[in-house]
Amino acid sequence: MTEVTLLPLAILLTSLGIAPILFALPERSARLRTTINLVGASLKVCLVAWLSWKVSQGTIYGVGFEVLPGLELKLQADPLAVLFIALSSVLWLITTVYSVGYLEKGPHRARFFGFFSLCVAATVGIAMAGNLFTFLVFYELLTMATYPLVIHKGTKEALRAGRIYLIYTLAGGLVLLVGTLWLWVFAGSTDFVAGGMLGEIAAASPVQASILFLVLICGVGVKAALVPFHAWLPIAMVAPAPVSALLHAVAVVKAGAFGIMRIVYEIFGIDTAVALGVTTPLAVAAAITILYGSLRAMTQDDIKKRLAYSTVSQVSYITLGVALASPIAAVGALAHLIHQGLMKITMFMCAGNLAEGLGVKSVSAMNGVGRRMPGTMLAFSLAALAMIGLPPLAGFVSKWYLATGSLDAGQGWVIALLLGSSLLNAAYFLPMLHRAWFVDEAAESAARPAKAPIGWMLAAPPLVTAALVLIAGGLANAPFSPLEWTRFVVEIEYRE
Amino acid sequence: MPDLFALDWLALAVFVPLVGAVATVLAPRRAPALGLASVAATAACVWLLALRVVAEGPVVVQLGGWGAPLGLDLRADGLGIVMLAMTALVGLFVSLGALDTFGAHRPGAENERMRRYFWPLWLLLLAGLNGAYVSTDVFNLYVMIEVIALAAIGLTVLSGKLEAMRAGFEYMVASMLGALAFLMGVGFVYLEAGRLDFAGVAQHAGEPAMIAAFALMLVGLALKTALFPLHFWLPRAHANATAPASALLSGLVLKGSLYILLRFWIEIFQPSDLIGLIVGLMGTGAIVWGSVQALRAQRLKLLVAWSTVAQIGLMCVAFALADTIGAQAAWQGAVLLVVAHAVAKAAMFLAAGRIAEEVGHDRIAELDRTPVRPTLAQFAFALAAISLIGLPPSAGFAGKWLLMEGALRAGAVPFVVVAMVGTLFSVAYLSRPLIGFLRFDRAPAPVGEHQGWAIADAPPLVLAFAAVASGLVAAQILALTAIGAPFGAMP
Repeated sequence: MTEVTLLPLAILLTSLGIAPILFALPERSARLRTTINLVGASLKVCLVAWLSWKVSQGTIYGVGFEVLPGLELKLQADPLAVLFIALSSVLWLITTVYSVGYLEKGPHRARFFGFFSLCVAATVGIAMAGNLFTFLVFYELLTMATYPLVIHKGTKEALRAGRIYLIYTLAGGLVLLVGTLWLWVFAGSTDFVAGGMLGEIAAASPVQASILFLVLICGVGVKAALVPFHAWLPIAMVAPAPVSALLHAVAVVKAGAFGIMRIVYEIFGIDTAVALGVTTPLAVAAAITILYGSLRAMTQDDIKKRLAYSTVSQVSYITLGVALASPIAAVGALAHLIHQGLMKITMFMCAGNLAEGLGVKSVSAMNGVGRRMPGTMLAFSLAALAMIGLPPLAGFVSKWYLATGSLDAGQGWVIALLLGSSLLNAAYFLPMLHRAWFVDEAAESAARPAKAPIGWMLAAPPLVTAALVLIAGGLANAPFSPLEWTRFVVEIEYRE
Repeated sequence: MPDLFALDWLALAVFVPLVGAVATVLAPRRAPALGLASVAATAACVWLLALRVVAEGPVVVQLGGWGAPLGLDLRADGLGIVMLAMTALVGLFVSLGALDTFGAHRPGAENERMRRYFWPLWLLLLAGLNGAYVSTDVFNLYVMIEVIALAAIGLTVLSGKLEAMRAGFEYMVASMLGALAFLMGVGFVYLEAGRLDFAGVAQHAGEPAMIAAFALMLVGLALKTALFPLHFWLPRAHANATAPASALLSGLVLKGSLYILLRFWIEIFQPSDLIGLIVGLMGTGAIVWGSVQALRAQRLKLLVAWSTVAQIGLMCVAFALADTIGAQAAWQGAVLLVVAHAVAKAAMFLAAGRIAEEVGHDRIAELDRTPVRPTLAQFAFALAAISLIGLPPSAGFAGKWLLMEGALRAGAVPFVVVAMVGTLFSVAYLSRPLIGFLRFDRAPAPVGEHQGWAIADAPPLVLAFAAVASGLVAAQILALTAIGAPFGAMP
């Protein structure tokens, strides 16, 4: 049942509404700014908790109004949306604490936090978009809001990265615009409907539908960092650590992956997509991305770049799970949306802490950091082991479902891919752990005077997210765990 | 408010600014107050007229009670109302900006003179524009074109600087050539049809002499609208005028002649596909050439002026789709683009003026080097850019969406590509100043916070917000446009 209420709007406004206030605040009112940020983020988490409860009871919220003849700007909180909103709102709260600590006394904080909350608003809008048109609107807003964050440092390198980021994402947005327009002219609707809405139309003209699928996937594939549209992601790592953490491991890339889900499940419908024969190429593209990302990650010495290539690889697990067209793999994909977010944000915050606390930015300088920053490295290690897929951590759960799902779909090669990818994950994460815990610090860096210790605002957030990684994996079968929720979603998508 | 409806708001919307213009000439000391009051009163008339049109449908006024073809009819339908409302809104905020630009707090005989001349010229322009939007007569439109041109040339040379004078001279030559072509067209029409009202002329549409007449008028209007390759006068004129004048010239004046072209197209001549294609290709040329020049421009105002050339081109793409099944969507898109451009470009010129005023120059390459950061003006510029690029949820986005939808429905894929290329170009040239606004690595002095704010930032900011937010009410704007079915019945 659909209930018209303002709850989705309220959730959007907790971040969209505070952005103008944050912009207008003078640079020096740091305390007020922090308060507003935390109140907004906490309020959102509460509202999302309420929303999740109501949605789990079978209520679907929808609110919309017509902006162009026949086209609505529509927010809709269905279970799939809740999955993504819950992820982004919880991580926004944690990252806000982290950013306040990270940017203490840095320049342009008003601007930073203003755009930061705009980003979260865009992500929430993407999650709750009730049709592809609304999705597109927020997708472009996300591009505009992230750009100033990418170039926040204002250095020549940052500006170059920003330019590349803008070229990729705006081009992707333009392709998505054409795709959406085409869909609108072709099908007369852009609504997300559980089970898909293109069934009969696609059956009537399969060639056009297939090309449309390609265009739409290319449009969202840029943000999802599908090879060959991935190059912006490692370059954009010049952004400050909290930006990399929230946006480039969670919001932006996940917006792309989420778009792929919506397009496959709710525009085409999984059966139609399979009938068109477009899922196998998508799975192959995802597989290539998984391997390529991992291989490139191995050769990176810069910690953040290595993590970025790892993201390229890991996000495609989601795409792979969608493209396998099996409900079990879909559970794995959706769960990985959450799990990867938790793991990757932990690692990025830890990388930020290493840079802030010890000035360590490259893998080769990580010798002995475990002893100097045990808390941070504990969180990092936990997340890295989860990424590799060590049971019972979160990454294992999603890989397990992906593997089972591939058998279910009769695509045995995926198992080999997953094994290979896990080996590669191990190959680029374990050396980092080895250096951190087991190699003694080089003499000259031990003699270097220690920087001021990082405050609790930097130290605590990665520990919290690492704990969530543990919980999400260990208690995967508890009610309201990410895995349980994804089962709920998949039931809906595959029911049709 | 039935009593209020009884008054003739339609005629007042034309005559109030005319009276205001005379008043500001007679009492130059009170010109700002009188001018602003006239603009506000005109806006109120337009508002009340709009209420009446929404309630009752198109309004026709027979001046002197004769009725066409003998007398002169004024008519306001949905399209006319949208143009009137756009002019009123933009005009009001540009007037507020002008209060500061030509304010009494700025000393000097120069400023005294500009204050004295700005208000009469602007009010004359307003009367001419409003008159054009309600005309139903070809000769009457010629008169309005001349009134608009006279005022616009005056506004161009307002600053009295040498460059402005030169630009104004070029503008005048172009404008006179355009008017001449138009007048010859009017003569042809009269010889052929024997009358000049739209309905009478439309009966003869399709006759060879009418095609020739329309071709002449098209050239004249293209000159006035600065449609590539007849745009040569525009960049210098718009870049060298004072900021409020540029805002009016770019935001409103061009739209007057574009509107006339649109009105002729749909209501009278219904030209062949070939002419539509030619105009569409001219538009394509404008997008490419205007963008390339905007990419090369060294000064902010010149960049904004070249962007106008490109944007006008995008609007004209709709003419190529006039005879297809995508026509409805394309016309709607063009109307939205016209409105979006008027609002956003006025905001952008005002903001550029504010930036140049605070920083002391408008050389794009050095805009970030100053410790003074006119943050609000830069923010307004960025918002206006969002609408001009056509990013959601701006009105520019809605317009581009509909235009592309029309092209796609008509199967005119090349024009979809043209719109996309135009978007990419606009990102490229507008990001040149925008990136400068955001960077601070080259600042020689520590960057202060919130410097360079003034109340004068309010008009561009409000307009820029309106440009972005009005995309959300695009459906309402289009519903208003559809009153009287200017583009034929809705499907």
